Amino acid sequence: MTAVIEVSDVNKRFRIHHERSKSLKERIIHPGQGSYSDVQALRDVNFSVGTQETVGIIGRNGSGKSTLLKCICGVLKPTSGQILIRGTLAGLLELGAGFQHELSGRDNVYLSGSMLGLSTKTIDRLFDSIVEFSELEKFIDTEVKFYSSGMYLRLAFSVAVNVDPDILVIDEILAVGDERFATKCIDRIGQFQKEGRTILLVSHSADMIRGLCHRAVVLDQGQVIADGPTGESIRVFRERMLADTPKPIEEAASAGSATIEAVTTPSGRFNILSGQRLQLNVDLVAHHGFDGHFMMEMFSTEGKLVTRTDPMMNSVSFTPGPHRITVDLPEVPLTDGDYDINLGLVGPDGYEVLAWREQVAKLQVTYNGRGAGWMAMPIEVSVN
Amino acid sequence: MIKEEAPFSLRTPVDERPVRIVSAQQSVVSQFKSIWETRELLRHLVFSEIKIKYKASKLGVVWSMFNPALTLAIYYLVFHIIVNNGVPQFVIFLSAGLLVWNFVINSVSTSTGIVVDRAGIVKKVAFPREILAFSTIGTSLVYFGIQLGVTALYMIIVHQAPIWSMLWILPISLLALCLICGAIGLFLSAVNVYMRDTRHFVDVFLMLWFWLTPIVYSYQHTVATKLHSHILLGIHLNDIFFINPVTPIVMTFQKVLYAHAYVRATTPDHSVLNMLPNWSEGSYVTMNLILVGVGAAALLAALKIFGRLEGNFAEEL
Repeated sequence: MTAVIEVSDVNKRFRIHHERSKSLKERIIHPGQGSYSDVQALRDVNFSVGTQETVGIIGRNGSGKSTLLKCICGVLKPTSGQILIRGTLAGLLELGAGFQHELSGRDNVYLSGSMLGLSTKTIDRLFDSIVEFSELEKFIDTEVKFYSSGMYLRLAFSVAVNVDPDILVIDEILAVGDERFATKCIDRIGQFQKEGRTILLVSHSADMIRGLCHRAVVLDQGQVIADGPTGESIRVFRERMLADTPKPIEEAASAGSATIEAVTTPSGRFNILSGQRLQLNVDLVAHHGFDGHFMMEMFSTEGKLVTRTDPMMNSVSFTPGPHRITVDLPEVPLTDGDYDINLGLVGPDGYEVLAWREQVAKLQVTYNGRGAGWMAMPIEVSVN
Repeated sequence: MIKEEAPFSLRTPVDERPVRIVSAQQSVVSQFKSIWETRELLRHLVFSEIKIKYKASKLGVVWSMFNPALTLAIYYLVFHIIVNNGVPQFVIFLSAGLLVWNFVINSVSTSTGIVVDRAGIVKKVAFPREILAFSTIGTSLVYFGIQLGVTALYMIIVHQAPIWSMLWILPISLLALCLICGAIGLFLSAVNVYMRDTRHFVDVFLMLWFWLTPIVYSYQHTVATKLHSHILLGIHLNDIFFINPVTPIVMTFQKVLYAHAYVRATTPDHSVLNMLPNWSEGSYVTMNLILVGVGAAALLAALKIFGRLEGNFAEEL
């Protein structure tokens, strides 16, 4: 398969100036002075993306993921190495970046559309569907400066999704807007995938990456540390986060507090009938005594989150040494399918990860009924 | 976790798609190609700029006439009425030079700051940044057109004809002007990102440049006669005036629009003033063609430099 995006040996160095001297006077008075340090934002990055692939890029803040995305879009140029792009690319680094506040919605559709690489003729053709999608028919001739921030984003997003690129590059923008808006965005991306477009997505949200991407690339300190199936990459990402979590002195005891060794069932098998009981035995070794909550997630084969237990429930406490947690789900009302199980321990605040394992087991559920969805909802009906 | 793939792709086959390469080095050819591909964006930028400028004002584009008209009125008052230089139809002589000069000042001073002013889009949207500097050439051309129209109207009212047979040289001259200002603007817009007071320097320099260009005075009458006898290192001092590329363009406009080489002064002695050099039509053509060549070379050089500097725009802004 021919790659659509080929990133080869890309390096990017930034020069961070301390005591910035930007004026001519200062440069003449202090020639060659001004301290700076070089930051290597990307280090020998190599990967390629094929057609119809949706690839996620994950990494913590400052790992270089936005820099990489900007290089791919052409907003930044790499210091060395090159990026080859086959086909038209639309980069959505920020919604409404090309908008001029003094102009009407209509003018801005044309301006930002042409900035994303559309011809005027194409915008003429798409104009009605853009306006319809944004639901701003009444305000399209109003100046954008009078728009509410929600209206502004809606219009910007409508322009963005109506661009017809071969490759779509998205940076975090799905995080904006209300829930309905976010759902609309995600549906549109699903449609893009069906149409055979290549999508590159950066997000802090591992769930979003898991739900949308076939593959994920993990960046850490400018280097690719994992590139593979989404679940596998997210596991690497979480483990790296866990390993490197900075340890404040008083909390040092709690970071990486335990190691989960094995997850088993009393029967030794991970297949059940829908509605049956599921018991899990989690063997772990606590490195010291601590309190926390047990948490568990199930994902469908499409990578959609089926359930996540409340991180503030199921509190547990440990003394140093080996322990076995017995987990009992009295009724698993899932429908036919395979479900990935992630589980672990979170701190008393429900955020801090103390121990975590991704895809520790694959649960096979057999459902003999004809209902659909993820869940075979127990239901009782009576007629009087 | 590999999802079901669509049975066939609705997109252009991969092998037939255009290929773009992002790397530290960019050839001038690929710069031209990407600029050409985004020409519609250039058009939208030009017209949105004009729209924004006059949208909120009641008189609209009339304002773009107000500043040049006032400038012209002041120079007319000072040089013709107070100093009494005796030049007949001095308004047309001034207009010819100011038309060109307003283009220079509009395009150069606006494009110097444009990359910094548009930091929002430069940091977030990928498009050839050269377009920004070129868009100011576009807006300046629009104002040039309006001013040319007003000048033409004035010439009709006062029954002053241009040299019709030489009118065709003006587009060549204008092309040279666009190339030269484009090159200067492009270069300065990139430099200004790294040294922010470039724009202040440019504003001061433009004032000096104005007085070194024969706009309010005649090259032939003032400079040529007085400096020709002075020779430095084998060069007539008056020839140094032609290092300034705007001088020959201004003189071409003066030749075509003002038309008279010798005029009788309006002062009581009615002496003969030699306002324009006695060059042939051919030498005006040659001069302007050379300028087009110089402008094109300068633009290539500016594109090359811009290509080098733009790689770090998004981080410097």
